[in-house]
Amino acid sequence: MAIAERRQTTFTPPPLQPPVEAPVIPLLTTLEKRLLNEFQHGLPLSPTPYADMAEKLDSSEQEVIRLLQKLKELGYISRVGPVFKPRQVGYSTLAAMAVPCDQLHTAAEYVTSRSEVNHNYERHHHLNLWFVVTAADQAAVEQVLTEIETHCGFTVLNLPLLKPFHIDLGFPLWN
Amino acid sequence: MELTEQDYQLVAAIQGGLPLVEHPYAEVGEQIGLTESEVISRIDEMKQSGIIKRLGVIVRHHELGYVANAMVVWNIPDEKLDFIGRQLGLQPCITLCYERPRRLPEWPYNLFSMVHGTSQDGVIQRISAMIDDLGLQGIDYQVLFSGRRFKQRGARYQ
Repeated sequence: MAIAERRQTTFTPPPLQPPVEAPVIPLLTTLEKRLLNEFQHGLPLSPTPYADMAEKLDSSEQEVIRLLQKLKELGYISRVGPVFKPRQVGYSTLAAMAVPCDQLHTAAEYVTSRSEVNHNYERHHHLNLWFVVTAADQAAVEQVLTEIETHCGFTVLNLPLLKPFHIDLGFPLWN
Repeated sequence: MELTEQDYQLVAAIQGGLPLVEHPYAEVGEQIGLTESEVISRIDEMKQSGIIKRLGVIVRHHELGYVANAMVVWNIPDEKLDFIGRQLGLQPCITLCYERPRRLPEWPYNLFSMVHGTSQDGVIQRISAMIDDLGLQGIDYQVLFSGRRFKQRGARYQ
């Protein structure tokens, strides 16, 4: 991949800091917690999955739908739906850049603006901007990385998945 | 499993989430010209073949108080990678565990894992306990905590 002209980066990586946002544990009912924790995989493939969930929860279909809508509006769930295995549909990679602190926001803004980017995080490390690029195929992904490199002026480390070692059953909460 | 043109339409229709209505699969089917039972059986096949890893409630753990998000990267000798990768992948606190390429000299780490918790101290304790349990003392690793989240959404395919 073409390496963009590198700007000199003379900066000290930021020290390990606590998260900027203080942890706020939301107040949830037992039913809401069960909805969040027990249905991260295995959503029923029946004509009425929410009614099936309601039965397991000793609740009603309307209540399950209402609570899922509420949890979505509050931002506690992103969706009720599928997680696709990486690369089964399209191609993706994890990429990282080392950006001087005073330019991080500008670089991050450009990376975020790319529709092919679905995750974009700061991490406390010399390599401080981490993002996931997803597109139709490998060539399209690498083209996006080259464009990001050229636009931002920093080398992009391309770290594609080689082998997965875990089974995704969701995220255990309140354990 | 080969995906048909119609499968791609189905993927596009469900990747942002199923509708929160009494008959979500029927509503998805109406958008793309499939019956309810066709949608259900096609999603089932995608699950069986592994294209869909899971179908369910996708939580946003950061919003639920799990604000300490650590990417733990390990430099595992090649001959031990499969064994240690599988062991790490089975740990309950690990939510992702992937082999990725080293990029020498600047990046010697070939195994990536993710640990989430409500505090950085708690996450570091879990990682230390895991290193002891699995006998990983002596393996070079780094913990990269997340800072600002600039973007987070499910992948979208055209």
